[in-house]
Amino acid sequence: MRRRLLLPIPLFVLVSGCAGIQSVSDDAGRESGLIWSLFVLFGIVTAIFYVAVIAFLIAAYWRRGGSNQDGLPDEGGVTRERSLRTAFFLWTGAVIGSLSLLALASYFTDRGLASVNPENKPMVGIDLVANQWWWDVRYHYDDPSQNIRTANEIHLPAGVPAMISLKSNDVIHSFWVPNLAGKQDLIPGRINDIVLMPRRIGHYRAQCAEYCGLQHAHMALDVIVESPADFQRWEAAQRQPAPAPATPLAQAGYAYVTSRECSTCHNIAGTNANGTVAPDLTHVAGRRTIAAGTLPMNRAGLYAWIADPQGAKPGNNMPTVGLNADELHAVAAYLETLK
Amino acid sequence: MTVLSGKDLPRDGEQLQGPALDARLARTWGDAPGLWGWITTTDHKRIGIRYIVTGMVFLVLAGLSALWMRLQLATPENSMMTPDRYNQLFTMHGTTMMFLFAVPIMEAMAIYLVPLMIGTRNISFPRLNAFSYWMYLAGGVMIWVAFVLNIGPDAGWFSYTPLSGPQFSPGKRVDIWAQMITFTEVAALAVAVELVATILKQRAPGMTLARMPLFVWGALVTAFMVIFSMPSVALASSLLIADRLIGTHFYNAAEHGDPLLWQHLFWFFGHPEVYIIFLPATGFVSHITEAFSRRPVFAYPAMVLSLVTTGLLAFGVWVHHMFATGLPRLGYSFYTAATLAVSIPAAIQIFCWIATMWDGRPRFRVPLLYVVAFIVTFVIGGLSGVMQASVPIDLQVHDTYFVVAHFHYVLVGGAVFPLLGAFTYWFPKFTGRMMDDRLGKIAFWMIFIGFQVAFFPMHFLGLMGMPRRVYTYPTNMGWDELNLLATIGSFVVAAAFLVFIVNAIFSLARGAVAGANPWDAPGLEWATSSPPPQYNFPHIPVVSSRTPLWDNRNHLPVMTGLRVDDRELLLTSVMEAIPDVRDPSAMPSAWPLWAAMATTCLFISSIFTPWAVVIGAFPVAAALIGWFWPKSPPGPEPVIE
Amino acid sequence: MTLPVRFAGDLAELPTSAFGHRSLTWWGIVAFFLIEGTTFALAIGTYFYLMGGEQTWPPAPFSPPNPIAGTIFTVLLLLSEIPNTLAKRAAERKDLRALRKYLLIVCAMCAVMVIPRAFEFASLNVSWKDNAYGSVIWTLLFLHVTNFLTDFADSLVLAGLLFTKHSVESRRFVDAAENAMYWRFVWLCWLPIYVLIYWLPRWVS
Ligand code: HEA
Ligand code: HEA
Ligand code: HEC
Ligand code: CUA
Ligand SMILES: [Cu+2]
Repeated sequence: MRRRLLLPIPLFVLVSGCAGIQSVSDDAGRESGLIWSLFVLFGIVTAIFYVAVIAFLIAAYWRRGGSNQDGLPDEGGVTRERSLRTAFFLWTGAVIGSLSLLALASYFTDRGLASVNPENKPMVGIDLVANQWWWDVRYHYDDPSQNIRTANEIHLPAGVPAMISLKSNDVIHSFWVPNLAGKQDLIPGRINDIVLMPRRIGHYRAQCAEYCGLQHAHMALDVIVESPADFQRWEAAQRQPAPAPATPLAQAGYAYVTSRECSTCHNIAGTNANGTVAPDLTHVAGRRTIAAGTLPMNRAGLYAWIADPQGAKPGNNMPTVGLNADELHAVAAYLETLK
Repeated sequence: MTVLSGKDLPRDGEQLQGPALDARLARTWGDAPGLWGWITTTDHKRIGIRYIVTGMVFLVLAGLSALWMRLQLATPENSMMTPDRYNQLFTMHGTTMMFLFAVPIMEAMAIYLVPLMIGTRNISFPRLNAFSYWMYLAGGVMIWVAFVLNIGPDAGWFSYTPLSGPQFSPGKRVDIWAQMITFTEVAALAVAVELVATILKQRAPGMTLARMPLFVWGALVTAFMVIFSMPSVALASSLLIADRLIGTHFYNAAEHGDPLLWQHLFWFFGHPEVYIIFLPATGFVSHITEAFSRRPVFAYPAMVLSLVTTGLLAFGVWVHHMFATGLPRLGYSFYTAATLAVSIPAAIQIFCWIATMWDGRPRFRVPLLYVVAFIVTFVIGGLSGVMQASVPIDLQVHDTYFVVAHFHYVLVGGAVFPLLGAFTYWFPKFTGRMMDDRLGKIAFWMIFIGFQVAFFPMHFLGLMGMPRRVYTYPTNMGWDELNLLATIGSFVVAAAFLVFIVNAIFSLARGAVAGANPWDAPGLEWATSSPPPQYNFPHIPVVSSRTPLWDNRNHLPVMTGLRVDDRELLLTSVMEAIPDVRDPSAMPSAWPLWAAMATTCLFISSIFTPWAVVIGAFPVAAALIGWFWPKSPPGPEPVIE
Repeated sequence: MTLPVRFAGDLAELPTSAFGHRSLTWWGIVAFFLIEGTTFALAIGTYFYLMGGEQTWPPAPFSPPNPIAGTIFTVLLLLSEIPNTLAKRAAERKDLRALRKYLLIVCAMCAVMVIPRAFEFASLNVSWKDNAYGSVIWTLLFLHVTNFLTDFADSLVLAGLLFTKHSVESRRFVDAAENAMYWRFVWLCWLPIYVLIYWLPRWVS
């Protein structure tokens, strides 16, 4: 019992030491940094109170054998009650005082979060639309012809604020990149927004945080924070239509994908495939994962997914198309070229 | 018309006391023998026990679903079960724990204990009490049968719309869930009404509000909270059923409805609900602490005030479950402040319990050990609650395992531990036998340590980014070991429960025989034999302090003069408990069961057609008329005074 | 009792029934008022919540309900308070004949009120299926219809009971007084709902 009292403090250190790609204890974003400091403050204050409670409890245990008459309301105890009463008021005062302190700290952090973009820098504008169980991503610009559409992945330039407006096509989901900021729900019929201010280059993982049905567990989003130069390169690449297939195998795959079932759901810019109800595949091979973080984006992942989407992510909205082995090779080979 | 004076009827008093009185009262208050008596009984103790046992069965079922979930989560990318199975499991686990275990068992304890603690012969509206149990049973059985048939609900214990709406949850699963809510709703509200009337009107002479035992205060505040919060979830779930079955659009954003309406209505209930679970548990803690510290609870007025303020503030904080929905930021600050304010009464209570031990002579028997475990555990949960109350922090930890850790610390630490202590403490009163001390201690240490192993790691899982309600997780996230640890801990907890239950069954048959007051406790429930007779007290006790049995060690003052040939209760005035009216108490009856059956038919068939509401109303009305229609010819008591 | 007892008083002379807050039934009924009142309040809250999200109320192209049937019902409902008060007083005087008479008048008025009530549904100018506005006003009306019919049935049963041998028990008068109190609750709840269904949409649109 006593050992655990001291745990919280080293644990903060421990947790913040090993911040992973999906961790609250990181300061890769301005918001997450502010929140983590607030968390540490709360942690310290609450730990002090916990220690006080346990200390009092232990004192009570040691002291047992007070001079009270057994089982009778204690007459002689009045004086002792007085010291207890003083302690009582001190305790209540300390609790109220600390709670006010915490409330203020929380309030100011919240104000700080609300002004993520104090210098009013120009922002990256993103529309993020959640679907059961994947993310539809659109970057928009003053010149609409520059707009970008992708899926299950966002790229952000470090040091530039990004304004993300959040919508949902079906049920409530929640957008959460713990390393960068707190979460925000995507609610049908409403538009929420969140401003991210990434500070550190890296790869982070977002995961849908509101239970949204069968595959809530497999609804992740890769977040890549890169240098503004890298980001611009990425933007430029995304604006290109899909490259034409070069090898015969890829050409066969191209023919299949753009003329068969796939094209009714998926979009590949520059081809006949112009479905809108599924992730945009124009640059699918440039992403790190497929199917919202379910499988790695590589040949094995593509094979596994296309051959049996219901195997890796049972219940998702892509049907098993039933390609034969040749078609599968071809389709995978073609998709691999969509960098 | 005959006008008989009260004097002519048989009553207890100088002439009628001792065994003769007991025999007479036993005839009047006894049930028919056998099954029929079991079905028709209106005895609060029999119904209370039945309620408690049923609640424990649901605890085991919900606990087993948790174990099953923990098995799936023990390793990453586990394919032991389908996502559909997992989603049903956590929904059943949460729903059963909250609606079929925690709330009902607290009310059940009150059904059993409150009349004994306040010195009356039965609860008010005893037939409503019987009815309430049958409704509760029907709702619980319905949802578990559905689960066994693989049509268990799968939208989580708070079934957010539109996921739970007609479009995204076709089939009957959510209807069954929503209708189960209606069943438990009716049951809980009925009990709340009984408790309010019992506590305010049936206290023993002299038991002023300021002398009321703290558990009774807890039950009173809780009953009012039920009355003001349950209508909210009843309305919410009825509107959901309407959306699903007859095409209304309350939660449909496309037709001017709003999914967030559900969240407001649900949490307006859901938050008070957690205190509905917690406040009675604080009552257990107060009684146990007092009895084993050999000292009246420290600062009783502060304790009462804490209960009442918690009850009031609980209605002003529901939005802290909705911090991520994007409502106006400034409004959120208000809810942060209100939520933090709820911690003040909790802090006061914690202080007072420890002060009671500090100032008394604590004897660390099993019930008091559970109190210590409660303090050590609940405070951790309370403090993580304080963290979540902060909007920025909550935006990070909301819907992660950090929250899962929080609510198990407060629910298991704050309600289940006190409950297990309370079982051990009142077991002799329920059964007449003591629970085994050694087995009790074994179970205690296993559950205490197992619990920490199972749930402490979840705080870190949450901070390391693990969302809740995921049926599986990838392997490279650093979550693997902590999850395995949690699974191991939960099996230790399960084994501990097994020991506890074995101990209870074993002690029921072989435990040491307990006298009326084995712990030398101060409350009125210990003034009568163990287990208490059907009529609770041969004479109505009179109270002149908060600890009557400690202050009347030689003899107990009582009042006489209630009829012994008919079931009669004493009503007293609300504040001062001055004797006021002799009131009849209902005889055994099967009508509550018939009424419950009719209502069950109505509720279940309304899942399939809305017309059931119209047609089903007739049998329900018939059963209610049968119930209330006077059966016996007018009695000999004064007819028109 | 396991402790020796000391007799400290006798209860034999206490009455066996009492009106108002001295009776257990009264507390039961008041608790039910609180439950139903909370339900109504939350339903009304739902109405305002949905209204708050709209530009126009009712949402275009719907027009506000026609208030004629509802107003007739409201007037009758308020008038019924006269025999209801008389019945309550009769019960408190323990005047069985007067009680029977006024209770029957209340029941008769209820029977008449059923007619405008039925027309109310037809005058809403919207179906519950049309949109959330329609859903909520139908729900408010439906909730109140249930409330109204329950107490109507209750009064009928009570009136029936008063013509049997059980009418001699003094407890019946308490029941009757409590029933009259319930009737007041029924019309009190209706007044805000009446405004919300029939008038607010006119005022704001
Ligand atoms: C018995 C049940 C119970 C109890 C008693 C509590 C008590 C509290 N809860 Fe908890 N809560 C739940 C059950 C409970 N909760 C459940 C079931 C959920 C999740 C539902 C779901 O999503 O499924 C939840 C979720 C929940 C949330 C939402 C989290 C989220 O979803 O993001 C929040 C946020 O504010 C919260 C806060 C609190 C607070 C502040 C208290 C306070 O009352 C705690 C007060 C106690 C103390 C603080 C400890 C003692 C005090 C001291 C030692 C004094 C010193 C302290 C200081 C100065 C800080 N709870
Ligand atoms: C009072 C309430 C209560 C209680 C007591 C518990 C008790 C337990 N809960 Fe909890 N839990 C909730 C209320 C409660 N829970 C709620 C409301 C949710 C949210 C649901 C949702 O998201 O919708 C939740 C969610 C929840 C989750 C998260 C699921 C998810 O988000 O994916 C987990 C995961 O570990 C979990 C585990 C456990 C465990 C291991 C126990 C253990 O303490 C249980 C121990 C008890 C037993 C095991 C029963 C005893 C068994 C026997 C006597 C038989 C012995 C048999 C064998 C040994 C085989 N619970
Ligand atoms: C009925 C619609 C539909 C058809 C037909 C369909 N898909 Fe999909 N596809 C989807 C949906 C929906 C998803 C997202 C699934 C998820 O992640 O939950 C998806 C995801 C994918 C992905 C992963 C995309 C990413 O960014 O993660 C690939 C690759 C893919 N589909 C390829 C194909 C190919 C190849 C075909 C044809 C053989 C095909 N799809 C046919 C609906 C469809
Ligand atoms: Cu989308 Cu969870
Ligand atoms: Cu809450």
